[in-house]
Amino acid sequence: MLDALKYRLGKLVEPLVLLLPAGVWLLLLLVVPTLMILELSLLPDFRLGQAPPDYGLGNYLKIFEPIYLLVIFRSVFFAVICTLLCLLLGFPVAYWIALMAPDRWRNLLLLGFVLPLWTSSLLRSYAWITILRPTGVLNSTLGAIGLPPIEILNTQVSVVLGLAYNFLPYMVLILYASLEKLDRRLLEAAADLGAPPPQVFMKVTVPQSLPGIAAGSLLVFITSLGDFVVPELLGGASSMTMARLIYNQFLGASRNWGFGSGLSMLLILAVSAAIALLLKYGDRKAETF
Amino acid sequence: MSQTSPSPKIRLQWQFILTLAMFAFMYVPVLVLAFFSFNESPFSSDWQGFSLKWYESLRNDGRILSALQDSLSVAFISVIISAVLGTLMAVGLARYNFPGKSLYQGMSYLPLIIPDIAIAVATLVFLASLAIPLSLWTVVAAHVVFCIAYIAVVVSTRLTGLNPFLQEAALDLGATPTQALIKVILPELMPAIISGCLLSFVLSMDDLLISSFTAGGGVTTLPMEIFSRVRTGVKPDINALSVILILGSGILAFAAEFIRYQGDQRRMNQ
Repeated sequence: MLDALKYRLGKLVEPLVLLLPAGVWLLLLLVVPTLMILELSLLPDFRLGQAPPDYGLGNYLKIFEPIYLLVIFRSVFFAVICTLLCLLLGFPVAYWIALMAPDRWRNLLLLGFVLPLWTSSLLRSYAWITILRPTGVLNSTLGAIGLPPIEILNTQVSVVLGLAYNFLPYMVLILYASLEKLDRRLLEAAADLGAPPPQVFMKVTVPQSLPGIAAGSLLVFITSLGDFVVPELLGGASSMTMARLIYNQFLGASRNWGFGSGLSMLLILAVSAAIALLLKYGDRKAETF
Repeated sequence: MSQTSPSPKIRLQWQFILTLAMFAFMYVPVLVLAFFSFNESPFSSDWQGFSLKWYESLRNDGRILSALQDSLSVAFISVIISAVLGTLMAVGLARYNFPGKSLYQGMSYLPLIIPDIAIAVATLVFLASLAIPLSLWTVVAAHVVFCIAYIAVVVSTRLTGLNPFLQEAALDLGATPTQALIKVILPELMPAIISGCLLSFVLSMDDLLISSFTAGGGVTTLPMEIFSRVRTGVKPDINALSVILILGSGILAFAAEFIRYQGDQRRMNQ
C-alpha cells in the first residue's frame, strides 16, 4: 500500500523534477521579459524614471517616420544582399564537400568550414577592420602592386562583406545537410540520358535541394537582420540598422525605452514571420515529394 | 554538343578552386590578425620584425585580466547550472507527453531564434522593472537562458537515437528510476552533455550584447572590454588577445564536435 503510494508519487514527482527547473528559468527570464517589452512598446516614448504615459500605438507609428523607415529598409536590404551572397558563395562549397570531396574527408572539411561560427563574431569583424581600414592590409597590398587605394571601411560594402563572412558557414552547413541526402542515382540517370551538366544542375540538383536552400536562406536572413556587431564595427555612422537603433534606445543617448521596445517587438515579429514562412513552405515541400 | 559537357575533371576543378577560395576567405582575416599580433610596430600596416611584446603587455593589463576573470566566472557558473537544467529538460521532453508540451518545446527553442539584441533588451527591462540591481549574477542568469537551449538541443539529438529499452531493462533488473537515470542513461548521454557544455561555454565567453545589457557593479566581460577598445581603432595588443581567444574557442568547439562524433561512432559500433 505504502509502496504503491510511493510509486504513484514518484511518477508525479519525476516529470516535475525534470521539466520544472528549466521551464521556470526560461519562463521567468525569457517569456516574461518578452511580454514586458510588449507592454513597454505600447507606452509611447516611455523613458526610465518617468511616470508611464497612457497606452497607445505611438511607438509603432513612430517607426513610419521617414528616418526610421530608412533604417528598417536598410536592415532588410543588408540582410537580403547578405543572404543572396551567402547562397551564391555557399552553394558550390556545400556541393563540393557533399558530392565531390573524398568520403573520409567530408566531416572534417565541413567542420573546418563551420568552426569559425563558434569563434567570436566581434573578433572576426575586428579582423576585417585591420584589413579594410585606409592604411590596412588591403590598401598596402593594392599600393604594392601599383593600384590606387580604396575606402571600403565604414561603408555599406563593408557591412555586407562582414555579414556574409559571419554567416556563410550557416548556409554551407544547412545546404550540406540537404545535398548530402541528394539521390545521386538521379544525377547519374539524368547525365546518362544526355542532359548537359547545367541542365542536370537546374532540373535535378536545385529542385531536390530546395528545402535546404529555403532553410539556409531564412536562417541567414534572420541572423543578419538582427545582427548588431557587424554594422556597428564595420558600418560607421552611415549604416544605422535596427539592432543598432535598439541598442541606442537603451544604452546610447536616446534612452527611449518605449520606442526601443517597439523596435524589438518588430524585430521579433519579423523573425517569427520568417520562421512561420519556412515551416509552411517546408511542409508543402514535404507533401509534394 | 560535346563542348557543353566538360570532362568531370574540369568540373571538379572549378568547384574545388571556389571551395578553396572560400576556405581562404574564412581563415585569411584571422591569419592576418595573427600575423600582425607578432609585429614589432604598433601600426598594423608595415612589418618591423617579430616580437612577442603585445602578448606580454596583455599579462600586465589589469583591465584585461579582470575582464577575463569576470568572463570565466560567468561562463563556468552558467554552464554548470545549464548542464543540469538542460539535461533534465531534454530527458523530460523525451520521456513525457503532457498538455502544452509543444508550447514548452517552443519556449526551449526561443533563445536560439530571437535575436540577441531583443533578448538583451527584454532581460534589462525585466531586471529594471523588478528593481533587481545589475551584477555578475544577473549576467549569469541571462546566460543560463541560451546555454540551457544549446545543451538541451545537443542532448535531445542524442536521446532520440538512444535505445528505448535501456531504461526498461534497468528497471526490470531492479533499479529505481533515479538509479536508472544516473547509472544507465546519464553515461550514454555524457558525450552529448560534455559537447553541449563546451559549446555553450564558448558562446558565453563570446557573448557581447546580453552581457552589456545585464552587467553592473563594475562587472566587465572580455568581449565588453574589447568592444569598448576597438571602437576607437586598431590596437596591437587586442590583435594578440583576439588570436588567443579565437584559437581557444576554435579548439574547444573542435573538441566538442570530436567528442560528439566519437560518441556516435561508438554507439554505431555496438
